[in-house]
Amino acid sequence: MNQYEVNFIIDPVLSGDEIKSTAGMYESLLKDQGCSIVHVNEMGLKQLAYSINKKSSGFYYCIEFTTPVGSVISKVELALRRDERIMRFLTVKLDKYGVQYNEDRRSGKISSYKKKESKKKPFDGGAASTTETVQPQAQTPPVPQPVVSNEEE
Amino acid sequence: MASRDDIKFLSNPSIGQQKKKYCRFKKFGIRYIDYKDSEFLLQFINEQGKLLPRRITGNSLKYQKLVAVAVKRARHLAILPYVTDLLK
Repeated sequence: MNQYEVNFIIDPVLSGDEIKSTAGMYESLLKDQGCSIVHVNEMGLKQLAYSINKKSSGFYYCIEFTTPVGSVISKVELALRRDERIMRFLTVKLDKYGVQYNEDRRSGKISSYKKKESKKKPFDGGAASTTETVQPQAQTPPVPQPVVSNEEE
Repeated sequence: MASRDDIKFLSNPSIGQQKKKYCRFKKFGIRYIDYKDSEFLLQFINEQGKLLPRRITGNSLKYQKLVAVAVKRARHLAILPYVTDLLK
């Protein structure tokens, strides 16, 4: 029994029900072929990194399934290729680490990678201080600012 | 008089030293690289969306190959761009 996952991008022009029925169609197709669905990940509407068929966004779906026979893959891929509603698809065989990773991901052990926020403060501070010094010269300063008082001293 | 020991630290001693690079996958025990996680894969590509070499990322050969496969899969699914400018 090998575990696979098939990703596909559905045309965003379709209505919400049509998108759901499209995904449901492939789910039932896999089930008819004797596969057992492990998980269906609906990633939702996402911006594409580059335009496909002159569209800049798409509906991402990912279906994980196990199958005893590999010939299912070619049948599903043929159906995906013929479907006009599918913009792009990718089928991947998962190794044992991939299966483990997806399980952990679902149970919440692994969260998606977050970029560390290491924005350098001195730059913002410098920009803010310059605006502060400019403003008192243009306007009559009602509140004495600490920067100006330091300069006078 | 300043002896030799005082003069030694007039400049930052850590400036000339290179930090030893390491493979993050081996160090933290990451066995699977998710091609759907674009934020993670951004660490291994440059501003033009090209793969960074091993000599910069420090990955071991085994995981560099897996990173390359993951990035290529992400590009196919339009999670990462094939060509771009100012990605980061």
